[in-house]
Amino acid sequence: MDKQTAIEISHVSKQYFIGRVQKSAKQYNTFRDVIAESVKTPFRRAANVIRGRAPSAANLTDTIWALKDVSLTVKRGEVVGIIGHNGAGKSTLLKVLTRITAPTSGEIAYRGRLGSLLEVGTGFHQELTGRENVYLNGAILGMKRHEINAKFDAIIGFAGVEQLVDTPVKHYSSGMYVRLAFAVAAYLEPEILVVDEVLSVGDAEFQRRSLGKMNDVADSGRTVLFVSHNMAAVLSLCSKGVLLEHGQLRALGDINTTIQEYQSSLSEMSSIPLLARQDRQGNGDLRFASIELWSDCHGAMMPVGTAMSGETLLIALGYQSHSPAPLRYVTAALHISDFLGRRLITCFSEYSGDHFEMLPPGGEFVCKVPRLNLAPGSYRLSLTCKVGNILADSIIAAGTLEVSGGDFFGTGKLPDAIHHGPILLDHCWDLREKSKP
Amino acid sequence: MARLSNTASAPASEKITQVRPKRGWISIDWQELWHFRELFITLTIRDLQVRYKQTIVGAAWAIIQPVLTMLVFSVFFGRLAKIPTDGDLPYPIFSYAALVPWQFFAGSLTFSANSIISNANMITKIYFPRIIVPVSSALSHLVDFGLAFVVFLLMMPLFGILPTGKVIFLPFFLLLLLLTALGMGFWLSALNVKFRDVRYVIPFLVQFLLFVSPVVYPTSLIENEGFRTFYSLNPLVAVVNGFRWALLDTDALSAAGVALGTVTALLLFVSGLWYFNQMERSFADVV
Repeated sequence: MDKQTAIEISHVSKQYFIGRVQKSAKQYNTFRDVIAESVKTPFRRAANVIRGRAPSAANLTDTIWALKDVSLTVKRGEVVGIIGHNGAGKSTLLKVLTRITAPTSGEIAYRGRLGSLLEVGTGFHQELTGRENVYLNGAILGMKRHEINAKFDAIIGFAGVEQLVDTPVKHYSSGMYVRLAFAVAAYLEPEILVVDEVLSVGDAEFQRRSLGKMNDVADSGRTVLFVSHNMAAVLSLCSKGVLLEHGQLRALGDINTTIQEYQSSLSEMSSIPLLARQDRQGNGDLRFASIELWSDCHGAMMPVGTAMSGETLLIALGYQSHSPAPLRYVTAALHISDFLGRRLITCFSEYSGDHFEMLPPGGEFVCKVPRLNLAPGSYRLSLTCKVGNILADSIIAAGTLEVSGGDFFGTGKLPDAIHHGPILLDHCWDLREKSKP
Repeated sequence: MARLSNTASAPASEKITQVRPKRGWISIDWQELWHFRELFITLTIRDLQVRYKQTIVGAAWAIIQPVLTMLVFSVFFGRLAKIPTDGDLPYPIFSYAALVPWQFFAGSLTFSANSIISNANMITKIYFPRIIVPVSSALSHLVDFGLAFVVFLLMMPLFGILPTGKVIFLPFFLLLLLLTALGMGFWLSALNVKFRDVRYVIPFLVQFLLFVSPVVYPTSLIENEGFRTFYSLNPLVAVVNGFRWALLDTDALSAAGVALGTVTALLLFVSGLWYFNQMERSFADVV
């Protein structure tokens, strides 16, 4: 291994066994089948146990490659952003790198101590005090006791929990909890720091401070791998980017070009029919199937390709459900982000007070925006749906929203999104005379 | 799991770590375990701290449990059922000498068998040698064992019994007890990750083992010679009889019984280590 190389990943693949998906065709037809199946199942399970497999893994073909032949080299002191869609293999790569799970094939070598922050508060114990947890968590992260002693005051100071050091953490607010956990990890000072999405928690002030702390780490010449969906954070921290797609390396290089590549891949994704998208989360009780924009054209609502600022916009989200149970207490959310992945607006049926208490198995959610207050530009739509408060479907970059200039203010004038921000706000100006004293 | 290879000349911060798919039969990296010794100690202390947090009498439970059990056994098995003891030992001290190792066994087995699952949030987020988890859960019970043992030492003069020179053999039986508890702990904790059935098996198993170990009755109750040999395959038989022999100077211990028990204990330990080692690489994916 080269002296200047911090991490060398060569031909790493990771295969996961997944349980057989019960096809709707394979239903028990008769009572006899049910009996026969229930008699056979324990034996098949026992056979699987002996072969060291999960009992429900029916055969070896039920596998997915979370990572496939990924090779990459990170130089010492580089700050690398790892980006990609949900399920592209980002987290798996970090898990293999941090040795949480072993690769199926391939090898990784790294130089020096590797610290990871895959989730803040890992190993925190509710019943233990802040002080006890700092020592516990430090030990989990690989710190020696004397190191923790030396940094204890700094950690408590960064977290701002001086008053509660000897209180069990179960009495902490969630903010304090997260701050303390981040502080422990941030002060670990490893040669290589691996961070996964942890900055998405906590308040704005905390996020600012933790980004600052990460910058310090990067500036001190240590190697950082950073996974995030927040392109703005990635851009500000990283110099190099890695784009993963379907477990394979799609792009590697300068952060700007990698993000551009990601944007174009997202646009490609947006053109895939929604039902064919694999990079979704949720239990699948309900799945989004289509997005359609409707707008007011000469007094009648018509499907349109682009929306216009200031006009009425209907966003129709088609869905399908194969769930045998009725869909009750459904909420839908529509997130509008800019092309750096920054969330701008969330339209959530719970905010608007619209409740879907009972849903037919197929149909459309229609979100109506009476006067679209977005400046001209391209935006990205992400969708989320919950059934009975359980996530049923979630797709990032499900579609794009093109907005063209319309007469929002009624003056024929419009700001541009790049210089004046993407949100339009109804307002007026007035002058008030101030009487002399 | 992945192995850590240390290049001899490089300084500590320049250490190169290699991650690759696991091969081989049992691969335990002792150097790496040594590196993680502080985590091991911290986890053991945490298990202790957590166990008696928010209880009124705290660690006194370590004494109350075996003492109360002894009282109950003495009334029901000693007085009412009139179960004999080894020689003419009073029933309370006869049963307490067995309860000290038994409580350690039952407690550490139950805790270590569930340890991987109850530490799932750590295992899926952070790397460390997984073997630390069941071992530290089991060993944290050594403190309870020590406390219960002190009570035993206080009881001895009460019953007019003085320790003999055989006491020096006690560490051997303690080691045998540890091997048995850890071996079964490795098996059950690793199986528990994939098959949650184990959780329901554990209480039953502990109860079953109580009956097939000479805790409430003396081994002499088993008269059939052939069956007694079979019975001695249970390493806890050697442990319990060994404790009584070393502490109370009984004559129930047979060399053949100890040899048999030691062989099974070693088999349990090595096979448990092997199975745990085979399974640990997939813990994070399954748990």
